[in-house]
Formats: sequence, structure tokens, C-alpha cells
Amino acid sequence: MVQERTLPQFQAPAASISSEEGLRLYEDMILGRFFEDKCAEMYYRGKMFGFVHLYNGQEAVSSGVIKSMRPDDYVCSTYRDHVHALSAGVPAKNVMAELFGKETGCSRGRGGSMHLFSGEHNLLGGFAFIGEGIPVALGAAFQTHYRRVALGDASADQVTACFFGDGTTNNGQFFECLNMAALWKLPILFVVENNKWAIGMAHERATSQPEIYKKASVFGMPGYEVDGMDVMAVRSIAQEAVARARAGEGPTLIECLTYRFRGHSLADPDELRSKAEKEEWLARDPIKRFEAYLLEQNLADEATLKGVRDRIQTTIDDALTFAEESPEPSPDDLYKYIFADS
Amino acid sequence: MAETLLFNALREAIDEEMGRDETVFVLGEDVGQYGGSYKVTKDLYDKYGEFRVLDTPIAENSFTGMAVGAAMTGLRPIIEGMNMGFLLLAFNQIANNAGMLRYTSGGNFKIPMVIRGPGGVGRQLGAEHSQRLEAYFQAVPGLKIVACSTPYNAKGLLKSAIRDDNPVLFFEHVLLYNLKEDLPNHEYLVPLDKAEIVRPGKDVTILTYSRMRHHVTQAVKGLVAKGFDPEVIDLISLKPLDFETIGASIKKTHRVIVVEECMRTGGIGAEIIASINDRFFDELDAPVLRLSSQDIPTPYNGKLESLTIVQPKQIEAAVENMLALKV
Repeated sequence: MVQERTLPQFQAPAASISSEEGLRLYEDMILGRFFEDKCAEMYYRGKMFGFVHLYNGQEAVSSGVIKSMRPDDYVCSTYRDHVHALSAGVPAKNVMAELFGKETGCSRGRGGSMHLFSGEHNLLGGFAFIGEGIPVALGAAFQTHYRRVALGDASADQVTACFFGDGTTNNGQFFECLNMAALWKLPILFVVENNKWAIGMAHERATSQPEIYKKASVFGMPGYEVDGMDVMAVRSIAQEAVARARAGEGPTLIECLTYRFRGHSLADPDELRSKAEKEEWLARDPIKRFEAYLLEQNLADEATLKGVRDRIQTTIDDALTFAEESPEPSPDDLYKYIFADS
Repeated sequence: MAETLLFNALREAIDEEMGRDETVFVLGEDVGQYGGSYKVTKDLYDKYGEFRVLDTPIAENSFTGMAVGAAMTGLRPIIEGMNMGFLLLAFNQIANNAGMLRYTSGGNFKIPMVIRGPGGVGRQLGAEHSQRLEAYFQAVPGLKIVACSTPYNAKGLLKSAIRDDNPVLFFEHVLLYNLKEDLPNHEYLVPLDKAEIVRPGKDVTILTYSRMRHHVTQAVKGLVAKGFDPEVIDLISLKPLDFETIGASIKKTHRVIVVEECMRTGGIGAEIIASINDRFFDELDAPVLRLSSQDIPTPYNGKLESLTIVQPKQIEAAVENMLALKV
């Protein structure tokens, strides 16, 4: 086994977060976790199909970044997109309905697990192929920059967060887009969720420089290495990067060291990751860690946290009922949505 | 009326649309300061600035994807592929994102973008720069494909393509940029989905597009001199194909020849013939004939290159043979 990278230390200063904000983050992480657990259950019960990639273990990244942004900012995801969609504000019932292939799904049942979209929530996708979402995210950031610089619209200050995994950073589009983002100072956050494994390919076996954040320096871009199991650490860097992007100072590369608790997808036998490695990372569960932080800092008590969990459980149950009871798309609409005028 | 070269007609189309809609912008390799390899964006950089006529690094797939993202969020990009062959490097972004994303998003987003540039077999440019790619893209759902052939239709079609809310692949032919024609002084649009009847006739329907329109026109001169009366249709739209115009012509002539620069196997002509059989088989008095390019990489040698594509004499002979068999 390759030597584990030492996680960067982050000491959240006391009172650096309000109780309200802490609970908002906690609720988002719980929503992500419970949602994915329900997906696994539904998949194994034969109610959900296709390739389903769960986010368990990585919640601190989605919540830490997206909850540091505004609702009118843009989020661009990958095939592991359920939780990014939830953090971006897409209602759980519409995400669940999409996974059931229903007309009430956020992509009207045409997209599925790897193609979640919401125009209303500025969720740009859901991209199934490695790296293809990065240029699209770059385009959204370019659009903001264009309105601001070419059209002189001072109110155009939206930021785009672009998520992708460690495997993607060996792909040409990663480098091409970092180059263009830095060249034009686009308001974008490149968020690498380095969970160590690209399906069964260990990060160290695929890349000549495993410390991805260092690749930013080549483009004159700030690059950060963050403990991706610590929502406070992710949030701290994300807030800084968002502020810089919004001020017109350009892109940031954030490498979040994280881990997926489940296999690559629910179809992955997950035979290559060692028990020791999994246990080491399970012990860093970002939700347990944040619970401890909230309690230690007297930002919440156990009853409040339980209240959040109970409420989210109800949200998930309702989402499931909604998804199950929703209609499938009409066969008459097979050709709908091919073109903008159809 | 003003005499205009085809490349300038395209330039006027872009200029007029950028003037009327500030969300329209151009991006690609050397489109800005350099003015485009074929000068289609000449001087627009000075007029509209570096972000509305954006010089991109050489990164086709990424800048194409960037245009998709810009289109999803409210802009109307026009990509210039310096050579349409380079777009093979952007195939993923064109197919999976430009073409399919509206559908997979369940109508959440529209992708109003144009991908235009020089294609077709040039003059001894070698295989990679002389491709016949239109068939590669016709299977992609959600794309519209248009081929211009005259300064008049180039300008009107490009303006329509820019205004269309869908991704449009806009094929120009590298050997047609210097065609001249008198263009109206007033603004006009040409619909993207209508074929153009180049010459009405009653004996045979010749379906063609892009540069082959001009080879057909040349062949028709000889045919008319010999007393034949062919109908020539420039398809213009390769996707969707205008079967209304095609069907009306077949009902008149009952004979069809397809003349294309596309490769024979899996080409546009192959699709047209299959569709004609599906729709108008009972109207046909003879099997549909197809004159296509050879299924080879375009050779550099001039003689071999001219043997690769269809020549006017072959068209003339093929029509004559077909009509000689007429009962």
C-alpha cells in the first residue's frame, strides 16, 4: 500500500461559524448521506437502475463549497452528482424522481443518475464522461466574465464551482481549461475531489505528480490542499476562493483529500481497496467529525442534531413516496426536448 | 445590390448579428487579431473587442465545451473551426453536450450555438485538411446541419443559424470562399430547413449540396444542350432533410440521382436513398443512383485527388445513361 498522504491540518478558530450556519451545513451533509443510503437500498431492491455512483464520505466537500456560494452561482458536476444537486438546492424529491426515471425528475426522467440538471438552480449537469463538464463550467464562468467585461454589467459577479475527481486531472481538458481560466481570470473554482481511486486505478499509479494542487502553480493560479473530510476546512478555503472569484481576481484550484465509503458505483465489487485503508478513512467520517465540532463549540446540542436528522429522514421518506407515485414520461413525448422548439 | 465574395457574405452575417444582439460572440483559433484563416472575421476584433471575438488557445474540445456552457447560460457563441477536420478533436463536446444535452436535461437548457468553418476537399491540402465529415455528425441527435453554397445563401443561412436556439453545424466549403454574387442591400434570412430548387426540370431530380452544386450546374449545361431537362435541388439542410421538397420533385420526375462530396459508405447519400425508399418507393421508375466520393483518405497528388471526388463529366454521363433507359 502506498504511503498515505498526510492530511493538512486545519484548526477552525472558535466562533468562526454561527450556530445557524453550522446547522445549515450539518443539515446539508445529513441530507446528502441519508439520500445516498436510500439510493443504495432502492438499487438493491431493484427499484433504481443503471450506474449509480454514491457520494458517501465526501459530504464535507459538497456542503463546504456549495454552501459557501449564492443561489445564483453555478454548479457543474460529474457522474457522482446527486449530492451536488442537493447542495445546490434541487429538491430531494425531484432528484429521487429522476433516479426513478419519472416525469417529475429534475431532468424529466431523460437524464438519470449521471445527468442531473436544473436550470432553476443553475445546476449545469451531471456529466458522465471524464472531464467533459470542466469546459462547460468554464463556459458559464466565461459568460459571467463576458457580461461583466464585454457588456459592462457590473452586477455580473456569479461564481462557478466545477467538481471533478482525481482521475480527471490526468485528462487534457483539465489542463486546457485551467490554462484558459487563468488566462482570462475567469470566476471559477476547480474543486478536485481526490478520493484516491478512479474506479480501480489508484491515484498514485495514474499520475506522475499526485499532489494535484501543485498543478495550479504552473498556471499562476492559487492551489490549495484541503482536508476534504473536514467541512470547516473546505468551507474556509471555498469562501476565500469565492470571494476572489467574485472580485474578478480569477480561478482557484482546490484539492480536497477525501474518500468514498462505497465502491465506485453500486455495480463495483470494490475488491482492490484494502480493509485497513477503508477503516482509516471511515474513522474520519466528516459527519461524525462535524457533529463533534458542533457539540464541542456549543453550537448545537444532541437533541438539536437529532431533530435535524429526524427532519431529513422525513424529507427522504417523502421524496421516496413522491418518486414512487410520480408518473413516468408519456410515450407520446418520446421526441420531446430534442430541439429547443420541440 | 452589391457584389460580394462568399467569405465576406459570411462576415457580413456575423457583423450584422453581433450588432443586433450583444450576446452573440465568436471564438476560435485566430479569429481575433488575425481575422480568421479565411478572413471571415476580418476587422471584427477591432470593432467588438477581444471578448466578443475571442482568440482561443489551440484546445478544440475545451473551447467547444466552453461554448456549450456559455450557450447554456445565456450567450450565443459562434465557433469557428479553423478547419472542420479539427472538430474531430471536439467530437465529444459536440455530440454529448451540444447535441444531446437539451434532451438529457429534460429541456432544462437550450444550446444556441453555431459551429462553422471550412470543410470539404480542397486543393492538395492532404487528407487531414480535406475531409468530408458531414456524415460523421448526422447520427448525432439534436444537431442541425447546414451547408451553404452561394454568397446569397451563405449570408442568409448563417444569420438564421445564429438566431436559432439549437446547435447548428454550419459547413462552408474551402473552395467556395471566393465565389462572387450580387447581394441585396436589405437584410434577409434564409430558412435552415428548406432545400433550394436551383433549376426546375421534369426529367430527373438531382440532389446535391455544397460545392457539388456547382459541379452539377456545370454538368446540367451539357445535358440541357442535349435536350434533357433535369431538376437540380441543393439540399442546404443536411439535418433535417427537406423531404417535402424532395418528395414533390420525385413525384414529378420519378428519377433521382444524388451527387455528393461525402464518402460513399455511411454517407449523406446513403441516408437520403434509404429515406427515399421508405417514403417514395412507389414513385420511383428507377433505382436511385448515387455519385459519391471514394472511400479513401483524400490523396495529396492532384490527379488522384480529382479522381476521389465526383467530376461534372461523370454527372453528365450518369444522367444521360439513366434517361437513355427511360421508357
